Amino acid sequence: MHRLLCALILVSSSAWAVIETYEFSSPDLASRYHQLGQELRCPKCQNQNIADSNAPIARDLRVVLYEQLEAGQTDAQILDFMVARYGQFVRYRPEVDRQTVLLWWSPLLLLVLGGVGVARHFRKKDHHPAQGLTAAERDQVNRLLEDRLP
Amino acid sequence: MRVKRFIPLAAFALLALLLFKGLSIDPTALPAARLGQPFPDFSQPELLTEEVIGASALQPRPALVNVWATWCYSCRVEHPYLLALAAQGVPIYGLNYKDESEKARQWLSELGDPYRLNITDRDGTVGLDLGVYGAPETYVLGPDGVILHRHVGVLDEAVFERDIRHFFTAPGRVAQASIQEGGE
Repeated sequence: MHRLLCALILVSSSAWAVIETYEFSSPDLASRYHQLGQELRCPKCQNQNIADSNAPIARDLRVVLYEQLEAGQTDAQILDFMVARYGQFVRYRPEVDRQTVLLWWSPLLLLVLGGVGVARHFRKKDHHPAQGLTAAERDQVNRLLEDRLP
Repeated sequence: MRVKRFIPLAAFALLALLLFKGLSIDPTALPAARLGQPFPDFSQPELLTEEVIGASALQPRPALVNVWATWCYSCRVEHPYLLALAAQGVPIYGLNYKDESEKARQWLSELGDPYRLNITDRDGTVGLDLGVYGAPETYVLGPDGVILHRHVGVLDEAVFERDIRHFFTAPGRVAQASIQEGGE
């Protein structure tokens, strides 16, 4: 019973998305609406996209998105419209510019730095392989062992 | 070889500095996309006269454009300070954002009217063009009609003196360099 309840809760979380009905003139527009709704970020509630958010501004942006899609605007035109008003912030995949370049490339930069560190670490070990004992050291070891052993 | 020992310490110090700086960054602050651009043109009725006006009606400048609504509690909080500013001679234009005009007119007659005029923005289209995402918000309009500053949240004396006053005291020196972002 508990398992069933858990399963139901897990499944139903996808139903938290806002329920609104829009009549699209073509299924293609509807799928682009859903795609852009996922990609546009709600300016008020920041960690939600406009498709998930109940904030008034998110609702307004969904209406704008719907109207612009029906008016035949391309995805790029719609994104430009949003960015002109709310900045690159409004996109979950902002364009690479001076402000977002670190956001885009720092993971790769850190990966390269880490890789260099790891490579250096292992190469250094290769340069200093464990060497055998010198004759003098061997004598010393033998002497020490003889002292201890009966 | 000695230097190497200090690498972890240096890394720690750098990270600590970064995280410390992060403490004072407001995560809800949103850069205003319209800074440095002219106030977007519009064609909307004035709240009281119902005469249709455009951006050219926002004269004289420099001035404040205050986004408000009767459903917005914080707007009620900042209202007395707006009245005080208007009494000092600061021109304030209102953007009555997604509100019912009847309630808005009642608000102004009850609480006092600090606004030179009010743009009626029932559907929020002017707000959308401006990049408004809530109320209250206050914009500083430069002498040439360019948006110089945005403040999100309640406008009070501390905020005005710190971030906004200088736009009004030195109108000749309002340069591109002083364009900045404020938020709460």
